[in-house]
Amino acid sequence: MSGQPRKRRLEVEDAGDVTVVNFVDKKILEEQSIQTIGDQLFELVDGEGRKKLVLNFSNVEYLSSAALGKIIALNNRVKKAGGKLALCKIKPDIKDVFVITKLDKIIKIVDDEQTAIQSVS
Amino acid sequence: MSEKAPHPEPVGKDVVKLPSSPGHARELQDRIEALLVQTIATDRDRFCVRLALEEALVNAIKHGNQMDPGKSVTVRFQVFKDHAEFHITDEGPGFDPDDLPDPTDIENLERPCGRGVMLIRHYMHEVEYFAPGNAVLMRRFFQKAP
Repeated sequence: MSGQPRKRRLEVEDAGDVTVVNFVDKKILEEQSIQTIGDQLFELVDGEGRKKLVLNFSNVEYLSSAALGKIIALNNRVKKAGGKLALCKIKPDIKDVFVITKLDKIIKIVDDEQTAIQSVS
Repeated sequence: MSEKAPHPEPVGKDVVKLPSSPGHARELQDRIEALLVQTIATDRDRFCVRLALEEALVNAIKHGNQMDPGKSVTVRFQVFKDHAEFHITDEGPGFDPDDLPDPTDIENLERPCGRGVMLIRHYMHEVEYFAPGNAVLMRRFFQKAP
């Protein structure tokens, strides 16, 4: 057994062969929690071999550029593994962040979870 | 008799010296949030201020001061009924904000960093950097687009 895991920042569910991830935190701002979220997301791909991922943002109210960096890095890893990533249920203010930074051009963003699951299946 | 020009009083102002650790930035954010509810700021305004302030503080602590515990970040803020302004200075060497790669260029889109200054400029109505680039003044006027 490896060491005790750090506080779980993600809730992970399976929908067939698609992994749906919900964020525990409302504010993804702090350096330490962003680092942990990144590690836990990367583990899903690198450690557990999951290739079809949906990130559900319904709980998230704030998100900084450092958090965007982790999502971009995740997208790069998923692509490299031959998988797909989609984001859903993003509040308008947060979605605006993805649009301003043009990340909506490289990362699939849809409104509802079912559409997101279908888009990576 | 000439009329006196109106001189609005801020609902809160202070000069705060923060150690170079993100935990202290959080306390300041909570203070600002408590002041913003006493203004005409909308939910959107509060979101914009919080995000821009977060990016500016992270830039100052992480990139400016390199998380050096011997260095601090000075934040001078004034929150008025209709706008808020923040002057943030770190002890780093500074940078040229006009010489950053455009994070929205196609070749930079997959880079995981370099978006903080862009977001600050988007979410604040006025942003000014001072030479040598280790100080920034930013303002947001409430109930004004975007």
